[in-house]
Amino acid sequence: MPVNYYIFLSVALFCIGIAGVLTRRNAIVIFMCIELMLNAVNILLVAFSKMHHLAGLAADAGSRAGSEGQMFVFFIMVVAAAEVTVGLAIIVMMYRNIHSVDINFLNRLKH
Amino acid sequence: MAEILFWLLTALTLMGALMVVFSKNPVHSVLWLILVFFAISGHYIMMNAQFLAIVNLIVYAGAIMVLFLFVIMLMNMNSDTEPQKNKWLKMAGAIAGGSLLLVLVAALKDTDIKTRSLSGAEGNIGLVQELGKVLFTDYVLPFEISSVLFLSAMVGAVVIGKKN
Repeated sequence: MPVNYYIFLSVALFCIGIAGVLTRRNAIVIFMCIELMLNAVNILLVAFSKMHHLAGLAADAGSRAGSEGQMFVFFIMVVAAAEVTVGLAIIVMMYRNIHSVDINFLNRLKH
Repeated sequence: MAEILFWLLTALTLMGALMVVFSKNPVHSVLWLILVFFAISGHYIMMNAQFLAIVNLIVYAGAIMVLFLFVIMLMNMNSDTEPQKNKWLKMAGAIAGGSLLLVLVAALKDTDIKTRSLSGAEGNIGLVQELGKVLFTDYVLPFEISSVLFLSAMVGAVVIGKKN
């Protein structure tokens, strides 16, 4: 497959995630849309890693070019897991205090 | 064959992502998101990133999504009682996302690399042997720092979630 198919797939996934963050009000669904955007970036990184690796193989048969991209995906997953634990703890705390996960109740943070 | 598989996985990914956004019930959103993660793992396998495909399934579909489901069921929110947002605000969000899609596609459709092919099974950087070698030689410092990050996230979650 040409690499631009993967680019457009990841762009579409990212934009669906952004539209979800902007339109939904449930804090948990907003969190899931953020996960969607992270995964769009992961697809793009893996696609470019493969492209770079194929270019490296053409120059040198034993090349390991392109493994940096997959390392980045690995670390993005690590950070996403840490982010989800803290974020869900915050959502549970918020639910305990205001008995709702509607983000419009959070505009009292302004005052 | 690979082409058919690509389009099938792409259709699954995009449909699942749309259903995540449009489902009224948060539990249905979680289940659609799990489908998206499975399709993305299929994409990783097709791009020769086998280790990442398995890690994606275990970490995302296995751990993170169960955490989401756990929180949703703990708070008993599996009813579709989301109050309706202002219709114009919703439309503005959709238009904003669509415009970003339009701009990015217009900017990327004439790139130089667009004909570079990704097919073929040559290369083995996606295997756990190669990735482990890279991870524990060149990237050993970020790896150790990420363990500190996990520890602080764990402490943070406990401190935030603690009843005072």
